[in-house]
Amino acid sequence: MSSLSRDEVAKLAALARIEMSEEELVGLASQFGSILDAVARVQELNLDGVKATSHPQPLENIFREDVVLPSLTPDQALSGAPAQEEQRFRVPQILGEAE
Amino acid sequence: MINKTAAEMSSALASGEVTSVALTKQHLERIADVDKKVKAFLHVDSESALAQAASVDADRAAGKALGPLAGVPLALKDVLAQEGVPTTAGSKILQGWKPPYDSTVVAKLKSAGVVILGKTNMDEFAMGSSTENSGYGPTFNPWDLTRTPGGSSGGSAAAVSAFEAPIAIGSDTGGSIRQPAALTGIVGVRPTYGAVSRYGLIAYSSSLDQAGPFGRTVLDTAMLHEIIAGHDPKDATSLNVPVPAVVAAAKSGDVKGLKIGVIKQLQGKGYQAGVLARFNESLEILSSLGAEIVEVDCPSFEYALAAYYLIAPSECSSNLARFDAMRYGLRTGEVDGASAESVMNSTREAGFGREVKRRIILGTYALSSGYYDAYYGSAQKIRTLIIEDYKKAFTQADVLVSPTSPITAFKIGEKSEDPIAMYLADVATIPVNLAGICGMSLPAGLADEDNLPVGFQIMAPAMQDQRLYNVGAALEAALVLKWGGHLISKAPALGGAK
Amino acid sequence: MALSYDDVIAKYEPVLGLEVHVELNTESKMFCSCSTTFGGEPNTQTCPVCLALPGALPVVNAKAIESSILIGLALNCQIAPYSRFSRKNYFYPDMPKNFQISQYDEPICFDGFVDVEIQTDEGPKQFRIEIERVHMEEDTGKSLHVGGATGRIHGAEYSLLDYNRAGIPLVEIVTKIVPGTGKYAPEVAKAYVAELRDILRGLKVSDVKMEQGSLRCDANVSLRLIGSDVLGTRSETKNVNSLRSVERAIRGEMIRHAELLNEGKKVKQETRHFQEDTGLTRSGRSKEQAEDYRYFPEPDLVPVAPAATWIEELRAQLPERPSLHRKRLKEQWAVPDKEMAAMINADVLDIVEQTVLLGADPTKARTWWLGEISRLANEKDIAIADLSITPKDVAEIVALVAAGELTDKLARQVVEGVIAGEGTPAEVVAKRGIKVVNDDGALMAAIEKVCAEQAETADKVRNGHVPAAGALIGAVMKETKGQADAARVRELLLGHLGQATN
Repeated sequence: MSSLSRDEVAKLAALARIEMSEEELVGLASQFGSILDAVARVQELNLDGVKATSHPQPLENIFREDVVLPSLTPDQALSGAPAQEEQRFRVPQILGEAE
Repeated sequence: MINKTAAEMSSALASGEVTSVALTKQHLERIADVDKKVKAFLHVDSESALAQAASVDADRAAGKALGPLAGVPLALKDVLAQEGVPTTAGSKILQGWKPPYDSTVVAKLKSAGVVILGKTNMDEFAMGSSTENSGYGPTFNPWDLTRTPGGSSGGSAAAVSAFEAPIAIGSDTGGSIRQPAALTGIVGVRPTYGAVSRYGLIAYSSSLDQAGPFGRTVLDTAMLHEIIAGHDPKDATSLNVPVPAVVAAAKSGDVKGLKIGVIKQLQGKGYQAGVLARFNESLEILSSLGAEIVEVDCPSFEYALAAYYLIAPSECSSNLARFDAMRYGLRTGEVDGASAESVMNSTREAGFGREVKRRIILGTYALSSGYYDAYYGSAQKIRTLIIEDYKKAFTQADVLVSPTSPITAFKIGEKSEDPIAMYLADVATIPVNLAGICGMSLPAGLADEDNLPVGFQIMAPAMQDQRLYNVGAALEAALVLKWGGHLISKAPALGGAK
Repeated sequence: MALSYDDVIAKYEPVLGLEVHVELNTESKMFCSCSTTFGGEPNTQTCPVCLALPGALPVVNAKAIESSILIGLALNCQIAPYSRFSRKNYFYPDMPKNFQISQYDEPICFDGFVDVEIQTDEGPKQFRIEIERVHMEEDTGKSLHVGGATGRIHGAEYSLLDYNRAGIPLVEIVTKIVPGTGKYAPEVAKAYVAELRDILRGLKVSDVKMEQGSLRCDANVSLRLIGSDVLGTRSETKNVNSLRSVERAIRGEMIRHAELLNEGKKVKQETRHFQEDTGLTRSGRSKEQAEDYRYFPEPDLVPVAPAATWIEELRAQLPERPSLHRKRLKEQWAVPDKEMAAMINADVLDIVEQTVLLGADPTKARTWWLGEISRLANEKDIAIADLSITPKDVAEIVALVAAGELTDKLARQVVEGVIAGEGTPAEVVAKRGIKVVNDDGALMAAIEKVCAEQAETADKVRNGHVPAAGALIGAVMKETKGQADAARVRELLLGHLGQATN
């Protein structure tokens, strides 16, 4: 019987940037057991030598020519912005550093 | 005219019997009448719809050449971007967002002169099988308003089933067009993966998603299919091949000499008696029409559900990362001194519903280092086995069949506390998505025990979508003969004129 | 305790790893058709794809594939017959999708090498840097941090995001670990980056301007005790924006690591930022807490399988390798090793070559660029390339001197004028009225005048005290406003005063 502890769920929630309540964390942890059991069925078969499929159709080499096409106007680009300033997206202070 | 088929409406428009504006008005009135009970629509665009209709009427009057569905109204699942129109994907996190661009599907609909009535309700980000996961409340099944219409395209299916629109667009990642079609007694098709552009389709699981058509008849569905399918250079997974001749196939309906494969794994235990009864009757009908019924064995299908519930959540955990309150959508938690990180965290907590959060966490887990091979990696290998099983089966039969859903429409709230019970609703539809092939559900009758619609599923190899329409048309014609009319004519009146 | 570099290399040996990011010079972005032009108004070069609007999808830029393959070929790599894109998942506001489309276990090129040569105490030495992989990815947007003291992220109140740069094609070149450089680690690293830059410039796939960010270097350094097999903990240094910084950063890190290790402390596995002003590094993000990127194959893009015939076509298009090119120039110009090294070190080889191609004598061209012009650049504290004097200008000046219309001294005035923005050499000559006084008659007139005015000194020279002529020559130069050829004046003067003119 697989399971996830509340702490493990909390780690995943942090990775996924979702601030879950204590109730949610505990609730998910308890549900995960049966969900993981159900999906763990994929490990039942011997899959040695079986290739993984990541694309259902056998397409390759789909490219576009290096040509510039019109962009959105800044108004369009910023149309959904929760906050903007000087034609840029305004976001609260960023704590972490860039990669 | 709302009871007519889209094909009949098309003729009426062409002959001048009715204008598109009048037709559109009738549908808007029907929506006003019944949608407070059905709740199929999130956003009705009366002004714009009437303007589109007027434009088509003007073109027609000026003698311009128009496509077959020009001037016919349609309901659009809120998963497709439509410029300037609220598009939510059924989520609070996109409440109020108006895309600055059209999805390719919408662009094609507009080119074809189809009148878009509005955006329909759906399970949030297409995750669900009942439309109960919508951030805006559920949609109700026109056949029984205490029951779900299925999902995730429940709103589109209900709209067509309730005569609010003759045709609709949905999306199908694990059965989200076919299953609601089955539960609401209409036709729904999940086209071959890559046949319909995903540009502008808000992504749930990229390697499984496809937009597709709903209609009350096989022919209506085919007409819509032809409009939305086609290569799109803006979608790198789009197939660059001609659209299969689905309308011609829908008009032909000839199954003589065809081999029809019944999938051993998709029947039996867990399938409602009434569902199996209608399924077997349909097989007998097809047999009587000259088809040969064979049984095919697809052993890997037992693992399809497990593979799907690893692949789809994994892809969605990544696809939904962009909803972070920085560039569009909801932003909460912006108190003094709040950081971008905390605003992201609080927004995603507030904006995503339970099921979406559940799948994001599951997907994050399945992709994590140390777990990738056991979960996501294995699921991708199961996918290969499913593709191989289908390949083998299609050497034994021209199309494969099964009941679309093991059960008929369930009560609102019945499965919403049991995720796994809900996931089982898609057990028969999921293999099609994993393999990237096409599938159709059409009405096979009502289950004896509850008088609720049962769907018959047809599957065909990739890019052989016309086979679905051919076999579907044959079965439909025979059933209509048997019932003295389409099944949908038996649907409740809902208190409005029908 | 502050260690000297010599102390460090007496006890430890460095192991290097270098990651270089190259911004390609394609017209459009990696996955969409927005323009890549530098310096546009904010958010004027964005679209649903590079803004990551819901529903948007990427499509690969064919030219970026071509450039990546060219880079791989030029670095002696294998070109993968089949490669895929992967998603690198992490959250950051400058990255709209909150994942970067990159390549993970199937990069487009792998297993190559670059040979570099550096000057050591024992003469020139060759090093082979092995290339682990070359892969494609996309750049992020740019953030402006507002409210803090330095415009940096710490202490900022909020940030403003411009996504013009988001999605510009990047190629990442990763070396295998580089052991065996000993005390020359900083020089080897610098030579490697310089060689890479020259190769990329020759391929014309990028502007490769470190100061503008189209070539970025991250340096990984670790130390181990001399003779040990065990690798030390490495640190990664970012923000290394020039060749000189590469050298300084590595040297600085080696010293920092050694100081820690000597005190019995541990080196932290972390990302550090190079500070131009101090030459030291500052601690950044700890790599131990690094996020799990949860790589998986990008489902929105299909695999890349370049045809073998296409690869061979591209191979045939490769330009001359920089090292061969340099060898050829050295032979053609008959330049001694030391001078060659000096030109390479001062980064003027290309400029000199261009000047020679415009007709200048190689030695003269070299002398000007390495000499007077370098001096002026240092004085102004800017790079030679940023001065407003071009190879064409220098070629013109060299020609004027060769034709006798300018003396070297006057030519220096012209160089100054061109750099000051007064125009082309011809324009400067005209504006300033610079002219060599060639006319012996005029020179004799000046000489006679000066000798008359300084009769005592003139007599000294007549009597055999030749060095005294210097003052007279100076006076004649003044008389001719510096426009006489000093050598000719000396000749005539000495002759006039009855001395041998040797």
